[in-house]
Amino acid sequence: MKTKNIMIVGVGGQGSLLASKLLGRLLLDEGYDVKVSEVHGMSQRGGSVVTYVRYGDRVASSLIDLGEADFIVSFELLEAARWLPYLKPDGQIVTSTQQIDPMPVITGAAKYPENLVEKMRAAGAKVDALDCLALAEEAGSSKAVNIVLLGRLSHYFGVGEEKWLAALEAVVPPKFLELNKKAFALGRNA
Amino acid sequence: MLGNAAVARGLYEAGCSVVSSYPGTPSTEITEEAVKFDEIYCEWAPNEKVALETAFGACLGGKRAFCGMKHVGLNVAADPLFTMSYTGVNAGLVLGVADDAGMHSSQNEQDSRHYARAAKVPMLEPSDSAEALQFAKLAFELSESFDTPVLLKMCTRVSHSQSVVETGERTAPPEKPYEKNIAKYVMMPGNAIRRHPVVEARTKKLAEWAETAEINRIEPGEDKKLGIITSSTSYQYVKEVCGDRFPILKLGMVWPLPEKKIREFAASVSLLCVVEELDGFLEGCCREMGLALTGKDVFPLEGELSQNLVAEKLGLPHETGRTLEEPIPARPPVMCAGCPHRGLFYTLAKNKCTVLGDIGCYTLGAVAPLAAMEMTLCMGASVSALHGFNKAQGEAAESRTVAVIGDSTFMHSGMTGLANIAYNQSNSTVIILDNSITGMTGHQQNPTTGYNIKGDPAGKIDLEALCRAMGFARVRVVDPYDLAACDRAVKEELAAKEPSVIISRRPCALLKYVRHKPPLSVDAEKCKGCKSCMRIGCPAISMRDGKACIDATQCVGCGVCAQLCHFDAFCGAGKEE
Repeated sequence: MKTKNIMIVGVGGQGSLLASKLLGRLLLDEGYDVKVSEVHGMSQRGGSVVTYVRYGDRVASSLIDLGEADFIVSFELLEAARWLPYLKPDGQIVTSTQQIDPMPVITGAAKYPENLVEKMRAAGAKVDALDCLALAEEAGSSKAVNIVLLGRLSHYFGVGEEKWLAALEAVVPPKFLELNKKAFALGRNA
Repeated sequence: MLGNAAVARGLYEAGCSVVSSYPGTPSTEITEEAVKFDEIYCEWAPNEKVALETAFGACLGGKRAFCGMKHVGLNVAADPLFTMSYTGVNAGLVLGVADDAGMHSSQNEQDSRHYARAAKVPMLEPSDSAEALQFAKLAFELSESFDTPVLLKMCTRVSHSQSVVETGERTAPPEKPYEKNIAKYVMMPGNAIRRHPVVEARTKKLAEWAETAEINRIEPGEDKKLGIITSSTSYQYVKEVCGDRFPILKLGMVWPLPEKKIREFAASVSLLCVVEELDGFLEGCCREMGLALTGKDVFPLEGELSQNLVAEKLGLPHETGRTLEEPIPARPPVMCAGCPHRGLFYTLAKNKCTVLGDIGCYTLGAVAPLAAMEMTLCMGASVSALHGFNKAQGEAAESRTVAVIGDSTFMHSGMTGLANIAYNQSNSTVIILDNSITGMTGHQQNPTTGYNIKGDPAGKIDLEALCRAMGFARVRVVDPYDLAACDRAVKEELAAKEPSVIISRRPCALLKYVRHKPPLSVDAEKCKGCKSCMRIGCPAISMRDGKACIDATQCVGCGVCAQLCHFDAFCGAGKEE
């Protein structure tokens, strides 16, 4: 199988590391060779962060390059737009509609672009946008946005729900499991 | 398994029992993972030089030892390294160094491979987690059989990528009792003169070993028009792009090099190409052999490579992707909401101070809107450079220039600069930003926190007592959440006619034990939209419809913004009158 690519993008501190851990676990259990690449350090301090998940028969590079992503999973709208150049021509974006102003917008040096979902669609991208923050809060914690997003992503995967839940169980501490299961279901069935 | 975790696993399996490191992205997790093995004693040393010397002492004492650091840390540890090359080791000694091409979290992107050649020690370079584990074990064997410290070179993409590994059992290394050997271990001229030829002979023997070593392998390819020499993450990009099309010489040891193997490989292909990140290190070595090749004439000297970049430079097809016409505002890293550094930097900006900075989260004090830092060089440089700046400019500078340095960075190499101020007498004001942790690298303990790497109680250095002992009569502590106190402290210490230290003390807002106040809110009636609160660059505050607005998910109620408001518009428990 040709290597498939998933990018998880967002703002430092939003929980992308747990999402990539869960995906990595799921894909390993499915028998794929998997590489996951993260960036630590300074960019974690509220900067734009990206995690690459690649899987297939044999994965060489741990990076995803321009025009290569089958999926972009985004915690934040502006970040989905920032990483759009990495999407495959027929790739799918799954994004939360949450907007977080970056410092240049806060200081007034730049404007937060409007109608990003429409603009990305106009550029030919398939975009599935939903208010993951509201769904996470409904599940019981605003921190569960990552799992809501994965629930949504699971929609596009030929992997059974029970396998996702098994991976969830493997990476989430027991006391948060019920909450995260709920978040996953809310994302999957939204 | 994360590349760094794989190195730690390799240390465990190799029977390594002492690890002394200083944290630095992207190397930090090697030591954080190693500490999870009860069989390995691990510690954070105050700096990389101390860490490497500690590891050396442990290897002398008969235990396999490891020392981890980032690329710039090796500059600090270079002094012991160059002479350890002469003494050799007793039990195995491995130094893990992680480069940061692309500068994800670094002040430069120097190429550590030069150190292997300069210090005349072997360097192994894994290309994924499986090799990271395997090479870590091999490094100890090489260290003991060739009597040399061994460098294990990582990079961001190997350190911070997870891939599949095969684990094994821990094996007990050979017994290496310490034996007094003055000729080998006392490097004064008479002995060192006799050790140098040993080093040169060792490099020759290692180069012979490299000729047949499995880690330097030729992968055959059908199309012999091009042959590629590569290593590390660059190898993965080449494989991604070319698959099995062209022959590849994949080097697992990048110093010393297998000259015969390289010559044979070169002779078997029409065009030789070296694909490597940063400097043309392998390329230079090949050119010294008189080989014609292509390399840095095509590939960049700066930044990371990637599969598209490799494809483009080799003239192969690749994707380019689409973009929106609209400009996407950048999202640079910022000081967190509630960061204790913010209030202090606001005070320095307000007082129009010239701020010489250092390495840590607080380097973000240089970013707009605070823009309150004018120099950052390397660990500890703020303190020493302040002294030089004041000596150059005299009283005019002394009354408005400060150094800012974090608690961990101060212990790393700020103390010696402070000694220089005390000794050579400049009227300098040094501000220690004591957030009670090593923040940037992800919360490591340090000698001022009172806890060791496992979080157990440990020795605690008293910063105030230390500064006083060095001869500073003026040492004062302020709370950076209290803007009036910060302002007083900065004004008074700059005006004082003697050197001084201000300790700006409050724990990092991200520390789990820190209790936060409830988030503030804005009374829209009272807010006049004057943007006074926007001057501190807090990510939790933005302007919506001409009024300040607080993001309750980010705000930790520190109340710094409330102290700037002229209209009493901030409400909430965090407010301080």
